[in-house]
Formats: sequence, C-alpha cells, structure tokens
Amino acid sequence: MASIAMEMETVANGAARSAPDEPPYLEFRDLSKIYATDDGPVRALEGISISQRKREFLSILGPSGCGKSTLLMIAAGLLPASHGQVSVQGQRIGAPRTDVGIVFQNPVLLEWRTALGNIMLQAEARKLDRAAAERRAHELLDSVGLQGFEHKFPDQLSGGMRQRVSICRALIHNPPQLLMDEPFGALDALTRDQLVLDIQRIWNEARMTVLFITHSVPEAVFLSDRVIVMTPRPGRIDQVIDIDLPRPRTLAMRETPEFTGYNRRILDLLLARGVLRER
Amino acid sequence: MAHATGTSLRTDPNEHLSIEEVEAREKDRRARHRSYDRIAAVLYPVATMVGIIVLWEVVVRAFDIPSFLAPPPSQVVATIIEHGPLVLRNTWVTTVEILLGYLTSIVIGVPLAFGIFMWPAFSRIVLPLLISSQAIPKVAIAPLLLVWFGFGLLPKVLVAFLIAFFPIVISTAVGLASIEPEKIYLARSMGLGATATFFKIRLPNALPSIFAGLKISITLAVVGAVVGEFVGGEAGLGYMLMVANGSMDTPLLFAGLIALTIQGVVLYALVEWAERLAIPRRPAAATAALHAATG
Repeated sequence: MASIAMEMETVANGAARSAPDEPPYLEFRDLSKIYATDDGPVRALEGISISQRKREFLSILGPSGCGKSTLLMIAAGLLPASHGQVSVQGQRIGAPRTDVGIVFQNPVLLEWRTALGNIMLQAEARKLDRAAAERRAHELLDSVGLQGFEHKFPDQLSGGMRQRVSICRALIHNPPQLLMDEPFGALDALTRDQLVLDIQRIWNEARMTVLFITHSVPEAVFLSDRVIVMTPRPGRIDQVIDIDLPRPRTLAMRETPEFTGYNRRILDLLLARGVLRER
Repeated sequence: MAHATGTSLRTDPNEHLSIEEVEAREKDRRARHRSYDRIAAVLYPVATMVGIIVLWEVVVRAFDIPSFLAPPPSQVVATIIEHGPLVLRNTWVTTVEILLGYLTSIVIGVPLAFGIFMWPAFSRIVLPLLISSQAIPKVAIAPLLLVWFGFGLLPKVLVAFLIAFFPIVISTAVGLASIEPEKIYLARSMGLGATATFFKIRLPNALPSIFAGLKISITLAVVGAVVGEFVGGEAGLGYMLMVANGSMDTPLLFAGLIALTIQGVVLYALVEWAERLAIPRRPAAATAALHAATG
C-alpha cells in the first residue's frame, strides 16, 4: 500500500498528486469564524472547506483582512472555529497542535537568546536530544546561509536573517506540517526572492505539508501546488487554482508564458472582485 | 561641492589614499572619539561638582554667611572627619532599614504581581486595595506605625516597604502582561508547558520592566526609612538630621545629607549592577534611548 503510494508520487513528479481517494492530511469542513467586537460581530471566515493532501504545498492568497491569518491560527489549533471543524489525518483538533512548525510574519525571536538559542528553544520544549538537535540547528543555519551567525543576538541580525532563524526554529523538529503566515511580508524584494528559493529547496528535501498564507501572487504561484484565492471580508473561497509547473522552479521561469498566465488569472480574479482597481 | 562643508573640511581634497588607508584613518578617528567620550563622561560631572563646591566656598566666605545658615564645604568636610564614626554608625542603621524594607517589598511585591497577572479575580480584589493604600501619604501612616510597633527597627522597615513595593507590583504585573501574543502561540505549538512558558519566555520578557520598578523602588525605600526615623527614631541618618537640626548644627546636617546622597547613589548603582547581571543584553532600543537621554 505504502509502496504504491510512493510509486504514484514519483510518477507525479514527486508532487502531491496522489490518488484522489487518499484521505486528506488537513481538512477544513464548512468552517466559519465570527469575532465578537464592540461594533457587533465581524465575519472573518465563512463556509471554508479545504482538503489539503499530504506533502502538498498549498497557498492561501487574499487581500488584507480576508481572514487568512485566522485560518492559519485555526489550522494550528491556536484559535477555535465558530462553526465547522478542522481535522488532521481524520482526527478533529481541539487543542494547540504540536506536530507543526509555525513561521509568523514577524520573526518573534526571544531577544535574550542567540540565533542558535532561539532555535534550540523548540528542541528544549520537546526535550529532544541536545547534541543531535544542535547539530541539526547548525545544518539548518548553514542551509539558509547563516553559518557564523549562530551566536549573534537578534538585534545584531538583519530582518531577513531574523526571519531565517525563525524558519530554522520551525524546522528543527522535522514537523510533518509547516504553517507560514506571510513569512516574507516584512522583507525587501531581494531577500524575499532568496527566501522563496530557500523555502522551495527545504520543502523539496523534506516534503512536509505546507500551508502558506500570502498576499503575493508571484510568490504563491512560484511555490505552490495549489493556490486558494479568497474573497475580501468575509473570507470565502473564491477559486482553487492548480499550479501545473515543473519543479524545481527557477527565477527565470517567472517570465515564461505559463507562469505569467497563472499570475494573470489570479490578478483578473482580484480585479473582478474589486480587490484591485485599475482606474 | 557646495554641500561639502563640515567634516569634509578636515580632509585634503588633493590627497589620494587607498581604501585601506581611509579605513585605518576612520578606525583611528572612531577610537579617538570613543576615548574622548569616556573621559568626558567622567570629567564633565566631576568638574561641575568641583566648580559648585568651590563657588559655594567662595560665596560663603566672601559674604561672611553664618555657618548655621550655610556652612562652607571645608567646614562640612571637617565635620564629617570629626564625626566620622557617628555618621558611619547612623548610615549603617539606615542602610539596614532600607535593605530590609526593600527586600520585603520584592519578596511580597513580585509574587503579588504574579497573582494579579495570573488570576483576574484576585486582581479585582487586590488592585483597588493596593491603589487606595497608595493614596494615603506614607508620612501620615508613620505615626500610627509608631504607636503599633514602637520606636525600634520595625516601623522604619515598614514605612520603607509600604512606599517601595507599589512600583514593584505595578511594573512586574505590566511586564508580565506585555508580551507579543505570537511568543505565547509559539510556545503552545512547541508543547511548552505553562510553567516552562512562564520561566523561559514570560518572565525574561518582563525583566526590563521589573527592573524599571526595582530602580524606582530603591530610591523610594531610602525616603521611607528616613521618614520613619523622622517620626520616631533613636538612630539612623534621619534621626541624626533631626538632632542636628534641633541643635542648629548645620554642618552636621550637611554631613548627614551627603551621607544620604552617597548611600542613595550606591544602592541605586547596586540595583543597576544586578540588572546588568540579569539582563546582559539590554534591547537595542532601550540602550539607544538611554544614550539619547544621557548624551
């Protein structure tokens, strides 16, 4: 059974195009989230149903305030849904999930710990073997170009470096799922490009299931197997777009007609919904 | 090059240096600037103090001001030397009162703040009591404490405690509460337990705020102990001040003030030293703000 699944994966270019009847890894079923505020209830999410396959790179794309960050928090078990349910491999989640690595828009590093110390927090919390975890932390730091910065404190690192540290922290325990909430949102364009390439490589090696929240169309197309475009508030699923581009994707590929075609399709959608206006 | 004024005036426009030479020169310039800053940081305040003291001496002598109004510094120094053991003994008494009161305020204030932070119901009960207790002037309570606890050490320690513990409670509670929610989310996703989250994340995160309160409180504890001695003391610097005042011994009064000042500065420096031990890496923003404030 397992060998068949593996075979199918290899056939499908390693991407998560396994049999359609394979049970989903992460599943939202008719999920809604209402925030009670002083100005009355606010509908953040409405009727969201998503099935994410195992090892799939899935992006949620939408305008600010469409509830996509809320969706990630619910997927992590850190926020309860108001209605509907979330399950991971068939198990409903009711408590914060610990089988994930999370990267937020801000690096959220502890100022009093070094880069290595921040990564090791994850290992300490999970009581991993210290020596092995440290070796793994060094490997991860090397792989994102931070060798030599292990003992620097967050205030000695640039914004991009800090975010790399936070990515390493999310990976040190080899989580089956990586949750990223606009991880490159606060970075400059060149740093973003580099980190997008780094994430693609990391995903290609580890093949964890990634839920990636973004408001960048090219980033979503570049990284994803599937992009889910959300409507403005209340966040509903607008369209689900399969990205059928060969992997690994390269920067040059961004100029190909296939790539720009996907960009165009999503932009048209955003224009049609009034998220973008050309005049 | 109309804008090339100021710093660039110092360089000769015709010289051609390699980048290494420019680098060396800039490094040198920076080192010189730093050592100048270090010397200036000590020299300026010392020179100012010396200037004030000399001016004071000159004015007092020139206008022949009687020493019960304003003794010349030379006479104050003579008094300190003459009454050295007395001043030291009283300083010791006051120091013990301050430290006991201060340590009590930490031992009670910090756990109280933990309670206020952790149990909202507890905070609803305790906070109004705390705040209204702070509205009562401590000087007004001191006589009552005298009636209850007599003339000994205890009432002074209590006044120092009462006056010092409020900033510790508030700054600790605020420090514990002000944290990015993402830090807590991350801890949960790591499976970090409540106790470990508190000690590994929330408490270290609160330390800068806690120490801000501790630094305010040490100066208040000094005030509290002296007030306690004013009201009913048999020893201590506050008592010595009252006695000197009563006998119009103004030089001794000044000697007491100087002893109090030195004591206050030393105690504050000790708390700052403890802060540096506890928070070896002050956040860059705080350091920058401090540099801006202190020049």
